[in-house]
This record gives sequence, structure tokens and C-alpha cells, in this order.
Amino acid sequence: MSDFDSVTADGVGRHYGRRRALTNISFTARAGDIVGLLGHNGAGKSTLLSILGTLLAASTGTVRYGGVTSAAAGAALRARIGMLGHDLFLYPELSARENLVFFGRLYDMPDAVRAADAALERAGLGARADDLVSSFSRGMRQRVALERALLHGPRLLLLDEPFTGLDQASAAALVGRLREEQARGVVTVLATHDLDVVDGLLSEVVFLQGGKRVAAPASSGSLRDRYREAMHAS
Amino acid sequence: MKAFLRVAALVVRKDLTVEVRSLEVVSTTLFFAVTVVLIFAFGFVREGVPTDGVAAAILWITVAFSGTLALGRTFERERQADTLRALMLAPADRPALYAGKLVGMLLLMALVELILVPLVGLLFQAPIFRAPLRLAGLLAAGTLGFAAIGTLFAAMLVRARSRDVLLPVLLYPMTVPVMIAGVRGTAALFQPQPDAGMAQFWFALLVFFDVVFVTLALWTFEPLMTD
Repeated sequence: MSDFDSVTADGVGRHYGRRRALTNISFTARAGDIVGLLGHNGAGKSTLLSILGTLLAASTGTVRYGGVTSAAAGAALRARIGMLGHDLFLYPELSARENLVFFGRLYDMPDAVRAADAALERAGLGARADDLVSSFSRGMRQRVALERALLHGPRLLLLDEPFTGLDQASAAALVGRLREEQARGVVTVLATHDLDVVDGLLSEVVFLQGGKRVAAPASSGSLRDRYREAMHAS
Repeated sequence: MKAFLRVAALVVRKDLTVEVRSLEVVSTTLFFAVTVVLIFAFGFVREGVPTDGVAAAILWITVAFSGTLALGRTFERERQADTLRALMLAPADRPALYAGKLVGMLLLMALVELILVPLVGLLFQAPIFRAPLRLAGLLAAGTLGFAAIGTLFAAMLVRARSRDVLLPVLLYPMTVPVMIAGVRGTAALFQPQPDAGMAQFWFALLVFFDVVFVTLALWTFEPLMTD
């Protein structure tokens, strides 16, 4: 599959039996966009991220990566997607380097060891590369996990609560890293409750409530104010 | 095919590295297997003489129970940091990921059986060295059939809340044919006058089950893991 420069969700829905987790969600994110999925717990943010990441099939609607659906693109599409879940997708019994090398090889990277070392240097963890991930603080694990998601140079980056457990400095570093990826043309979709941290970072906001998209308020206040207004208006 | 084998080998190597570091699954499974055999020994061995014809059944019951425990623990590890989703997200063939997990399970169960078989032989006076290759063949084929279905179900249930209950409920009825063939084939080897023809028949049946189960699992793994 060739590269893509936009991701379009068109009427995406997902139900589990009679329970609707997501209903008729549509939006388009283009290269360099950072789209925020905001909503209370259970609003459908993680479900939507899983569908965008091809981990879950949509019950209704389609997701197009450029002009191609995930069903048509197959495994090659997944090589262009990086995902950081709420759980960090790291093996605690392996060292930081072993984790990154394992995933690098899984992505068939030609020199996974060098890429892993460079990623760990970028994360400021070069000196701890051979330490087991289980010995890391939450913030350090989060940095390794982000590098794991970015290791293969994805076009679409999906982040589920990436700021959870990070102190102010680590959160600022993560914002800086996301801006670098933005400049590289990466499409980022992130679900978060840390509204103050992402205020000013997001190109577009998708407010979700009960699995449905709710209209963004017209006001131009802070993200927190707009979030409050959107949630109360619906 | 080369990419398939490369990915499967990567997963096996990763699983072995994690297990060698923690020894969690192998130690709990071994401890459980030995305990089960000892409990059966207290019930079926009187004054040093075991009840006739129970050794084969006890061997296979223990393989099934300890295998279920190992499956649960192995996939619990993938659940804790949601790493199974990370594997699913990789551009690798998903059946190759299944194959890697399956081979890891087989190695683990083989290690347990290396301790289990001599223990059953010792406690139940089973002639395990009478036809060692045939016995090894039956065990290998039976374990493959059991693990093929078990790995598929354990991966499917990773995110289910009641996975610990559902795994045996789904697994045991499906693997009854494997267990019957394993017990009858092994019993044919353990009886006073060993019946090689009968053991060969049950072995062939086990190989047939293996082909069916492995093919089905490879075929259904991707759709089951996506939905």
C-alpha cells in the first residue's frame, strides 16, 4: 500500500450486541493534524481509536486511509500506524532495548537495533537501555512506549491517554515530541482528559458523549470551557 | 513463508526470554502437574500397587489441566500491558503470531511432560520405556491438538472478564476427541500385552485432529481477533 495523507472516518459505528458503543462518527484528519477525542469515560474514545488502528472492525461506516479502507490495504496499512494504548504495550520482563528491538523486528525494520538505540537516546533513556522496563517509573515507561509507537515512522499515530501519570516536565516533553511529528506530517489522533495540557496543541476536537459526536461550541474560550459547554449542551 | 517463519520465531524467542527471566509459568505449571499426579497416586496406589489401567488417563488428565493453567498464565502476561494488541497491530501476518504463541506453548508443555511422564511411570509402574518413540509420538500429537485449540481460545478470551471460567468451558468439550485418542493410544502401550497396531491407529487419529485444528485455528485467528 502506498502512503496516505489523510484519515477519514465516515459514519463509523460499533455495537456489542444491543449496546451501542459508537454511533455515526465522521471526521477527517489530514497530514500534520492533531485531532483530540474528548469525552467522559465510556464515551467511545478508545473504541474509536481501536477502529482507526484496525484492531476492531466497525459495525457500520468506513475508515479510509487516503482512498483505501483497512480491509483493502491489509497488513501493509498497519506498518503505517503507530499506537500507544492506555496500557503501554511493553513487556516488563524485557529491557527497554529488547522491547524496542523486538517490535522493530516485528515491523521488519532493516536495522532494528540501531533504530532502538536512537529512539532510547531521543527519550533520554540511553543510559537505562539495558534495564528491565519493570524497574522504570510510569513516566519512563510512557517515554519508551511512545518511542515504540513511533519507531517505524508511522503516518498515523493513535494515542490513548498519553499524559496519564506524567509530571509537568514529561508532559511538556511529550507535547514537544508530538509537535515534531506534526511537522513531519504525521496524522495524530489522541484521546485525553488532560485538557489543559493539549489546549493549543489540537488542530481539531471531536467531542464524544455516549458514543455520539456532539457539536463543538461556537465560543472561543479555553479548551476546558468549550469541553464543559459541549458536554452540558448535549 | 519466510516472513511467516521469521515472525513466528520472533514471538517464540520473546516468549522464551520472558519465561527464562520470570520462570513464572513453568514453575506454577510444573508444581500443579506434580501435585495432581501425587493426589491421584494417593487415591489409586494402595500398598505400592496401582489400580490397573489408570496411568494413561492420569497422564492425560494432568496434561490437560496443567496445559489449561499454562495457557491462562501465558496469555495473562500478554493481557497485563495489553501487549497482545501491540502484536495484533504489527504488519506481520496474524496467523504467524498465532503460530509463534502455539510453538511457545508446545515447548512449555513439552518441558512439563518431560517431568510428568517419568513421574507417572514411577508412581503408577507404567512401562514408559517399552515403546518410547510411540509414546513420545502420541504425546507430541495430543499436545499439539490440545494446544492448537487452547492457544486460539486463550487469545480470543484475553479481554473477556470471565476468561478463567470460559477457557476450560470452551476448551474441554472441543478437545475431548484428542483426550480420548491420547488416553486410548497410551493405554494400548501401557497394557501388559502392548498393542502397537491400536496405538498406531490412535496416533493416526491424533495427527488427523492436529491437521484439522491447526488449519482451523490459522484460518480463523485473524477474524476472531479483529471482531
